[in-house]
Amino acid sequence: MVNNPGKFWVWLILIALLLSTQLIGSYSPWLLNYPTEWVIPLTGVLNAMMNWLVETTGWLFRGLSDILSIPVSVVQQVLQWVPWPVIVVLGAVASWAASGWKLALFSTLALLYMVFVGYWPESMNSLSLVLISVPLAIATGFGFGVWGFRSKRAESMIMPALDMLQTIPAFAYLLPILLLFGFGPVVGLIASLLFAFPPMVRNTILGLKSVQAEIIESGLMSGATPRQLFWQVRIPTAARQLLLGVNQTTMAAVSMVIIASIIGGTADIGWEVLSRIRKAQFGESILAGIVIALLAMVIDRITYGFAGQESKEQPSGTGPLHRHRYLLIAIVSSITAFILSSFIPALREWPEAWVIYPADGMNRWLENFILNWSQAIGTVKTVAFFYIMLPVKVGLVDTISPYSWGFEFTPALKLIYGLAVLVAAGLAWFKQRKSLSLVILFFAIMIYFGLTKLSWLMLIAMTSFMAFQLGGRTLAIGTLLSLLFLLLTGIWPQAMLSVYLCGIAVVISFLVGGFIGVLGSEIEAVSRIIRPINDTLQTMPLFVILIPFVMIFKIGEFSALLAIVAYAIVPAIRYTEHGLRNLPADVLEASTSMGCTRWQLLTQVKLPLALPVIMLGLNQTIMYAIAMLVIAALVGTNGLGQQVYIGLGDGDFGIGIVAGIGMAIIAMVADRFTQGWSASRQRAFSGND
Amino acid sequence: MQSDKEVKLTCRNVWKVYGENPSQFFSDSQGSVENPVAHAQRIRDSGHIVACGDVSFEVAVGEIFVIMGLSGSGKSTIVRCLSRLVEPTAGEVLLDGENLLKKSEKELIEIRRHKMGMVFQSFGLLPHLNVIDNIAFPLKLQGLTLEQRRERAQRVIDLVGLNGRENSYPRQLSGGQQQRVGIARSLAVEPDLWFLDEPFSALDPLIRREMQNEFLNIQNQLQKSIVFITHDFLEALRIADRMMIMKDGEIVQVGTPAELIVNPANDYVAEFTNDVPITRVLTAGAVVSSEQAVCDDSDLPSIGSDACIEDLLPILSQARAVIVKDAQDKTLGVATAANVISALARETNRNG
Repeated sequence: MVNNPGKFWVWLILIALLLSTQLIGSYSPWLLNYPTEWVIPLTGVLNAMMNWLVETTGWLFRGLSDILSIPVSVVQQVLQWVPWPVIVVLGAVASWAASGWKLALFSTLALLYMVFVGYWPESMNSLSLVLISVPLAIATGFGFGVWGFRSKRAESMIMPALDMLQTIPAFAYLLPILLLFGFGPVVGLIASLLFAFPPMVRNTILGLKSVQAEIIESGLMSGATPRQLFWQVRIPTAARQLLLGVNQTTMAAVSMVIIASIIGGTADIGWEVLSRIRKAQFGESILAGIVIALLAMVIDRITYGFAGQESKEQPSGTGPLHRHRYLLIAIVSSITAFILSSFIPALREWPEAWVIYPADGMNRWLENFILNWSQAIGTVKTVAFFYIMLPVKVGLVDTISPYSWGFEFTPALKLIYGLAVLVAAGLAWFKQRKSLSLVILFFAIMIYFGLTKLSWLMLIAMTSFMAFQLGGRTLAIGTLLSLLFLLLTGIWPQAMLSVYLCGIAVVISFLVGGFIGVLGSEIEAVSRIIRPINDTLQTMPLFVILIPFVMIFKIGEFSALLAIVAYAIVPAIRYTEHGLRNLPADVLEASTSMGCTRWQLLTQVKLPLALPVIMLGLNQTIMYAIAMLVIAALVGTNGLGQQVYIGLGDGDFGIGIVAGIGMAIIAMVADRFTQGWSASRQRAFSGND
Repeated sequence: MQSDKEVKLTCRNVWKVYGENPSQFFSDSQGSVENPVAHAQRIRDSGHIVACGDVSFEVAVGEIFVIMGLSGSGKSTIVRCLSRLVEPTAGEVLLDGENLLKKSEKELIEIRRHKMGMVFQSFGLLPHLNVIDNIAFPLKLQGLTLEQRRERAQRVIDLVGLNGRENSYPRQLSGGQQQRVGIARSLAVEPDLWFLDEPFSALDPLIRREMQNEFLNIQNQLQKSIVFITHDFLEALRIADRMMIMKDGEIVQVGTPAELIVNPANDYVAEFTNDVPITRVLTAGAVVSSEQAVCDDSDLPSIGSDACIEDLLPILSQARAVIVKDAQDKTLGVATAANVISALARETNRNG
């Protein structure tokens, strides 16, 4: 790649073409904006297909929905009927068995919080959906996983389907489910099933595949029949990976159950949060949001605890009593709790008078906070808006005005801008930093004209050429077709808005996250502080992250941006720290013995070596940002996220699904690009061995 | 040696070819072709890989047969062909005179359950079972009751010296101990035929030596028919009754260790034998002087004729001669320090 000097000239020509297209664009606008007359009315076709499907097979799905709603309502009623102390006790014992008394204490407090705040019934409604969808998702995922493991052909069909299921935003397939299955909690169930089973498939295939050949052979030589080999050798050996799959599936189910409550009709905790956010009730939404976060964390820690458990050496002579001690404790204590609650009414149902609900106080506090800090808040918002977001979005040309920057963008200033860019790029070019020079030129043009106003023609050409460099002809063709989909279906402008918001969020997350990651790898104390914060952010359902930003900065793009950053920064921190901490010790020792200072060691040895891992972090940052983008659309952003949401709101299947696929396309292209780049770097490192 | 003993296992013209269509090279499943070397070359030229080419040997009852070769020589493939973990492309494998390759899946499972045991290089232990359950695993598969399993497992645990570690899990054990578990498991079903695939290669040198000794001890008690794979020539010398050297999937030479050293078939074999101390190979039987065979001094210590010079030297430093006896305890003669020196001088001249 580096050895090919020709590519620099290709890029230079492409950039020159871009500049001239932008300049000619004002005379022939079709170069910049894809004409609407050329759009293929795919949404109409899709809607017609969906209508046909609903009409012809609706009875089938509705029947299925009726059948599925039976266990849902049964579990819901059981959970509502069981006195809360029983569930608290069961949660505590499960936590204890999974990981120890610390988790048991945490779970107890978390569950008690739900009781005391008065969100117990809502929490149990959410939990009942999770309890049903998780076993279904695990069974489905395990089934597909085994199938994919047994047959190569099945695997090659399953894998891309999983990619699609996981990258198309969940909102986008809420609607078809809604149309097919009708209203009700079953929609949440199906959606969470669809969203949650892919990780189980992946982990099943991975787990079964990575069983050592010698273990299989030893099973065969012990005389195992095929069935024995599978159930007594493969499955137990892969158990840890499978349990990891259970953990991931459960978490996905939890988050989807929450998201699915957006369609309403379920008196669950997700709906509570959402409606409070819409009414801008800060205190209420935070109190309910904490319930979701706690619920997710408890479920995560318990399943993760079981996954990480190693079989312990049993002291000899332990009877069945000892082996099943947790089960016994659970039975005895829950019966006790049940009996107690039948005597003490407060244990059966927490009296409303005892509910601690400090929402009003919190709201007053927030109002005061905003009043006192209004100036600072306003400044932050304005600065970010006028100096970062607007220039990227619509370009310096349209941003700079006496009203925003305090002066006019005169032709003289434009000339100075152009010259400054040329000097910077020229300097870089002659110092043999040709890539840097090209990057300067491109971004200078982009900021001048604005990302959303760049010519579609040139963007497609440049992206495809980039794809060709990173992954050869296959990737280039795939990228070209994907971008043409965006173009032909008419969602190009929205896609660019999404890319703009995501792009800024990714840059900020990656820079800030990378910086924190470096600090974490160098300073143990920093690492200790950020680790639990990262854990919490990662298990937090996406919804909840929105709350604080919306409350302070109000609804709008800026809040959305901050929420995306808050979520997408986690992988940037994690991968950077991980990459820097896991370098070959001999290289570091060699460098230190050559007399590297700590700074030199970091910048000249560690960072370059850790680059592939850090790039994987960038990849994940992009994926996280795109996932959050849809959720952020709830608080008012333009772009594909909003389109998905509109589709859901208006019951317009076509719009929703096209926008959903559009987001999946952006995610997949970004994924292949960063992975291709990371892979080529990795090859460069290991190539000369 | 194989002539006077009953044959346990016969491997006849076994081929294993990997590639697009391996079976095209063999008209029947017998695997005997007129010119194996040329045939193998033809197969390679067509873009296929010959993992084993025309491998034939016999293992007698109670014999330790060692297959030695470097990595990629096909030694692991051939041992897997013997147990049909790898399906041979052509050839015959006879166990007690019956062709294993003709057995159905069900019969094969029965044979593996009762007649074969195998030890693996990286142990192949089940991580979720403790020591005793790992060892009893083959018995569990057969459907034995917990009681029977525990009792039989305990017997082999005593044999390999794992007492007290019954309830440990594999990851809590050292490599040497893990391999003891592997050995115990392979012996739990009391097989006649015992395959060991580089059992000690993953262990460090001190432990390896200790395990070799214990292996020989166990074999002294049990007298199994053994196929032992190794890439370590010295290990092969220590334990082999007979050995076979493989290269690129083909047999280079078969014989007793002494035969290989004294008469290497080609430079490849000689390359290995060069490093072997001659005292390790020359046996007492080879240095016995017949003119003094009549000598009958009961004060002299005695030694078996298959003991090596290395073992003889410390005895000779204490006594003026050693009586050499054969396997039937018949006196062959005596060996003196002078005999040993002249034999060593003869060998050194020959190699030099």
